[in-house]
Amino acid sequence: MSKKLLGWKEIPFAGIIPNTPTSLEYKTGTWRAFKPVHNKEKCIKCLLCWIHCPEPAIIRHDDDSIEIDYDYCKGCGICSNVCPVKAIVMVPEGE
Amino acid sequence: MFVQLKLLLWFRRESEMGKIIGLNGDEAVAYAVKQTNVDVIAAYPITPQTIIVERLSEYVHNGELEAAFVPVESEHSALSATVGAALTGARVFTATASQGLALMYEILWIASSLRLPIVMALGNRAFSAPINIHCSHDDAMAARDAGWIEFFSENVQEAYDLTLIAFKSAESCLLPAIVNLDAFILTHSLEGVEVLDDNDVKRFLPDKRPIYPYPIDVEKPTTYGPLALYDYYIEMKRQQAEAVKEAYGKIVNIMREYSEVSGRKYSPVKAYFMDDAEVAIVVLGSAAGTIRTVVRDLRSKGEKVGVLSLTLYRPFPEKELMNAVKNVKVLAVMDRAYSYGAPGAPLFSDIAATLYNVEEKPMLFNVVYGLGGRDLTADHVKFVFNIAKEYLRKGIVEKKEIWIGVRK
Ligand code: SF4
Ligand code: SF4
Repeated sequence: MSKKLLGWKEIPFAGIIPNTPTSLEYKTGTWRAFKPVHNKEKCIKCLLCWIHCPEPAIIRHDDDSIEIDYDYCKGCGICSNVCPVKAIVMVPEGE
Repeated sequence: MFVQLKLLLWFRRESEMGKIIGLNGDEAVAYAVKQTNVDVIAAYPITPQTIIVERLSEYVHNGELEAAFVPVESEHSALSATVGAALTGARVFTATASQGLALMYEILWIASSLRLPIVMALGNRAFSAPINIHCSHDDAMAARDAGWIEFFSENVQEAYDLTLIAFKSAESCLLPAIVNLDAFILTHSLEGVEVLDDNDVKRFLPDKRPIYPYPIDVEKPTTYGPLALYDYYIEMKRQQAEAVKEAYGKIVNIMREYSEVSGRKYSPVKAYFMDDAEVAIVVLGSAAGTIRTVVRDLRSKGEKVGVLSLTLYRPFPEKELMNAVKNVKVLAVMDRAYSYGAPGAPLFSDIAATLYNVEEKPMLFNVVYGLGGRDLTADHVKFVFNIAKEYLRKGIVEKKEIWIGVRK
């Protein structure tokens, strides 16, 4: 959200967006109240979090290790919930 | 040279004469729509607009009109289909009334926010309950905040003319437009209507496509109606508000142009004996004719009365209205609709808001009449003028709201 926001005379006619896709510019990570924190030591690379993340904000690497994309993670907690070894814990944002 | 001039005069006369045919209000609208060479019609029949839909489907069936006629399952779908069709750049039309408009309601706002030039005829009919098929302006008033241009016809000729004016206005302003015609009083009344020659319609409303300047193009994916939250929603609304304000001047010019083509004068406000009127009535729709008859009658007895009627309701003709009533002492605002619990019915509120900051302004009172098709008689109109004259004498409006033609 660091981009300059346009005024009503500058926005396209009727809010039409001609150069799709623009959804990547919208960083939904700012919505988060709880933040998933991943523990690499505990992780068994089962990828259940990767399958269940609705965004998807779990990035899967070639070796099946995972990383959380905080630009888009909304902090829903599903990944933490499905992880069989409790390798993801939710902590309040700002802590 | 002489021969050329004669030919020119002959052509002029031919095109000026115009054919007169017997049409009711619905048929007149359908005839005008046919002449626009519309591409897509999506509508669901509802009393009293049914004949519009029937005639148009006949025109398409007979090959008189080359258009896609979409027989939808509801009014919500009717307007949704026209939204989609308008986005492709087509010329589109729909029609409804009363409950049908209510069912379209969410799409009304989407059509206007996407700035789609859709034209809709509205056979003004009372909202249920109790169920009623006759005239109230409930549906027109329900649409008044939705960002559509709104015209009111006084007679069948105007329903025809305003349909053509609505297409040109919608397409020039990139806003949807409604043509209001009173249920049965206009939709089902037969009149001799002077119709334009097809070629004159073409000259007035050129056959160019696409009409929407940013049509759907599969080669160039575009997002229409995106999500916009607290970061952009208000900017989009501000832009839309400006578009509706700016539409006013464009519509005035289009009306002027149409007056030249048709020989029938159109402007946002019709003033009758308003120059020196002390008491006056302002009204929408078919009642204007009845009131004008009474004004003529009272004028012959030397009474300084007048009547104003609005042909254009949205955008609201504020300046013309202020100007027309500047010498009036008492103004009766007649509403064929009601706004429960509000400080005034819709037209009254509009006029009170228009005049609030004006220094020299008439006293105002609100007259509710004709709901659900109750007749407005000459005696009712005289009664309203008598009340206005009484308030003028006393220098005070004793009752801000009165209902006429209603049993106690
Ligand atoms: S908290 Fe929700 S959005 Fe964020 S990574 Fe986990 S599952 Fe995905
Ligand atoms: S669900 Fe838990 S264990 Fe499985 S990949 Fe995700 S973090 Fe690792």
